[in-house]
Amino acid sequence: MRNLSLSTLGPLAALILLVILGAWLNENFYSAGNITNVLARSAFIGMIAVGMTFVITSGGLDLSVGSMAAFIAGMMILAMNAMLPRLGVGIPLVLAGMGVALGVGLLAGLGNGLLITRARIEPFIVTLGTMGIFRSLVTWIADGGTLSLDFGTREFYRPVYYGGLFGIAWPIIVFAIIAVLGEVAMRHTRFGRYCEAIGSNDKVARYSAVKVERVQLWTYVILGLLVGLATILYVPRLGSASGSTGLLWELEAIAAVIIGGTALKGGYGRVWGTVVGVLILSLIDNILNLADLVSPYLNGAIQGVIIVLAVVLQRGKSSAEGR
Amino acid sequence: MTAILALHDIRKSFGPIEILHGIDFALHPGEVHALIGENGAGKSTIMKILGGFLAASSGQVLFEGKPATYRSGAEAEAQGIVVIHQEFNLAADLTVSQNIWLGREMGGWLLDHKAMRVATQALLDQLECRVSPDARIRDLPVSDRQMVEIAKALSRNARVLIMDEPSAVLTGHEVEVLFRQIDRLRAQGVALLYTSHRLDEVAHLADRVTVLRDGAVVRQAMRGEMTEDGMATAMVGRDLKDIFPPRRSDFGPVVLEVRDFAVPPLVSGIGFALRKGEVLGISGLVGSGRTELAEGLVGLRRHSGTVLRNGAETTIRSVAGAAEQGLAYLTEDRKERGLLLAKTLRENLTLSTLDRFGSPLVSREAEEKALTQAISDFDIRAPKRDMAVGNLSGGNQQKVLLAKTMLAQPEVIIIDEPTRGIDIGTKSQIYHFIDRLAREGRSVIVISSDMPEILGLSDRVLVMRQGRMAGVLDGAEITETAVVRLVMGTTEKAIENA
Repeated sequence: MRNLSLSTLGPLAALILLVILGAWLNENFYSAGNITNVLARSAFIGMIAVGMTFVITSGGLDLSVGSMAAFIAGMMILAMNAMLPRLGVGIPLVLAGMGVALGVGLLAGLGNGLLITRARIEPFIVTLGTMGIFRSLVTWIADGGTLSLDFGTREFYRPVYYGGLFGIAWPIIVFAIIAVLGEVAMRHTRFGRYCEAIGSNDKVARYSAVKVERVQLWTYVILGLLVGLATILYVPRLGSASGSTGLLWELEAIAAVIIGGTALKGGYGRVWGTVVGVLILSLIDNILNLADLVSPYLNGAIQGVIIVLAVVLQRGKSSAEGR
Repeated sequence: MTAILALHDIRKSFGPIEILHGIDFALHPGEVHALIGENGAGKSTIMKILGGFLAASSGQVLFEGKPATYRSGAEAEAQGIVVIHQEFNLAADLTVSQNIWLGREMGGWLLDHKAMRVATQALLDQLECRVSPDARIRDLPVSDRQMVEIAKALSRNARVLIMDEPSAVLTGHEVEVLFRQIDRLRAQGVALLYTSHRLDEVAHLADRVTVLRDGAVVRQAMRGEMTEDGMATAMVGRDLKDIFPPRRSDFGPVVLEVRDFAVPPLVSGIGFALRKGEVLGISGLVGSGRTELAEGLVGLRRHSGTVLRNGAETTIRSVAGAAEQGLAYLTEDRKERGLLLAKTLRENLTLSTLDRFGSPLVSREAEEKALTQAISDFDIRAPKRDMAVGNLSGGNQQKVLLAKTMLAQPEVIIIDEPTRGIDIGTKSQIYHFIDRLAREGRSVIVISSDMPEILGLSDRVLVMRQGRMAGVLDGAEITETAVVRLVMGTTEKAIENA
């Protein structure tokens, strides 16, 4: 890569610093258990954040992903419980549940996307609305309580979160695949190039024969699918869903995208940066929990400082580009 | 008469490159001083130094005979040095009145909206501009925005007024009004700096002309000492007899025919036929529906009527659809509709034809090859290959836009204002590109407000007035008087040969 500047490397440097700091503060930091823990927890937000990178790069925003995850989890659990008598505990039941999750995610993303591209409503407004709708629906379906997966199904489904391949947990593997695919898509495909073009000036894109609405619609659909995928991996962790599932995930995902160097106003996206951003956020959380230096209650404050710092660094970069 | 603002032996370097080499230049009260030169000759830099937006690397800026003390555009303005920028400095969401008084609002704790509106109205009346003081800038056409920018400058009680191509986007009548205002200011003893690519304006307006080439003053003359030809020659450093290519003669069959075409509600009743290898000029005032017609043809606007491509009826609903039919449109608005200013040459070049550069993965190698080809084919002068297009000069941006459009190999090319804001040397190059396209057997529609351009390039001229066809002129009928008559509507020529 050319043009490696301080601001490009900033997030990476911060990540390395955090790893060193973590190791210095607690010898358990490098244990396989802890690393797996950090990465697996990053995976859900991570997959969503990769999708969010495309939405933001093309000039959009999606505030509904956290609520959407809760809604998908609720629908998935309801569907699996309902299908249990017919299919019995086994792989078909789990596959059917996964199908439901992806289907609901696709429809939710399509809904957001159509309202934004066809009805031409601001993405902020649309997804602020659907954010409330999804969360309210899941709370209503659960009657204010919790939707739980049948006990037997839960035991069978557990390995999807806790199991893995060659000692690497499934969520980590899936996240890694999504991250690589996302990076390639952003950097080396027409879709990624079009996202950047639309985000930097949608008029120019339209005059250049880019199907602006279609590309934007796809970003929301892909994000919906990724939320579905994240939910598939998240449900076996607790086996339940409630009105507070996925709370504030949208903010963590957006924060990760911004820390990673993607411009909030669109036009410039960096998937690998988003991955680094997600890791930074979960490392801060992890280190605060491991070390008793600072109260874990201050986690949000420290993440807030990091976000603001990242944006200040970005501004330094863009003014240098303008010269 | 002593100079109010003067530059003495000014040098300016960006990094290791010196772009102004010892400029001596003075503005006198009650005088219009025209500064002319090709794009990149250093006009903008000189204006920025005069206006306080840029500091010189060495040399002196003298204001009223003493070294100037202002350090920023705002400080210069406080001392009476006002700049009208080429890129508008207007807040799009504020009203005309709010923009004019921005930063100098009338009233105390509470704004005196009424006083500001009345003062704005007075300024606009002076300019014969019919815009409402409460109109939002966003809703105004470019020419009205320019008038607002001029009104804003007039409200500043300037002693020195620096105008960077104010007439580039104005119509004939608006230019006249502008000239009257300039005359009035000159009579009041204001020192004016005027730049324009239209040399006839310069000859008409300027008391003194300074010609700039490659960052140095090559000639200075008083009114009447230099002809338009003389100015052009001095700017380019060579004779410009063959600025326009010779006329072509043999045309092929009709490749595009349009019948009863309309773009509601602006354009209606358009019909013409374009032959292979032909250049059709479209003339008319700004606002006569020329751009809307073009945008309708390529599917950017809803339209009705019949379009025949090589004799077969077709419907074009999008730019992509137009491209499939071999039709391409080059927008007049390079910066907002044509190019992604923050992106590199490569990304801009391939944007509309990215599907030809590999699927599913885009081949960087193929893109770089295309860029190398485009740079040599269109003589794009970029200091760095991977620079942002926004940092190129206007002429080079236009060449990138041309190269981008031509990558799709269109057979019918509609070029809207091919040379707006471009220096005369690059203009000539672009005319020859257009000629080359026609000789290669493509057909070109040129939309232009530049009269010599329409006369010099077109095999036929279609004139539009108020959204309708005012007439079509062919071959020897194409004279300046004939075109102007149709543009202004003084005589109606029967629509024939259409």
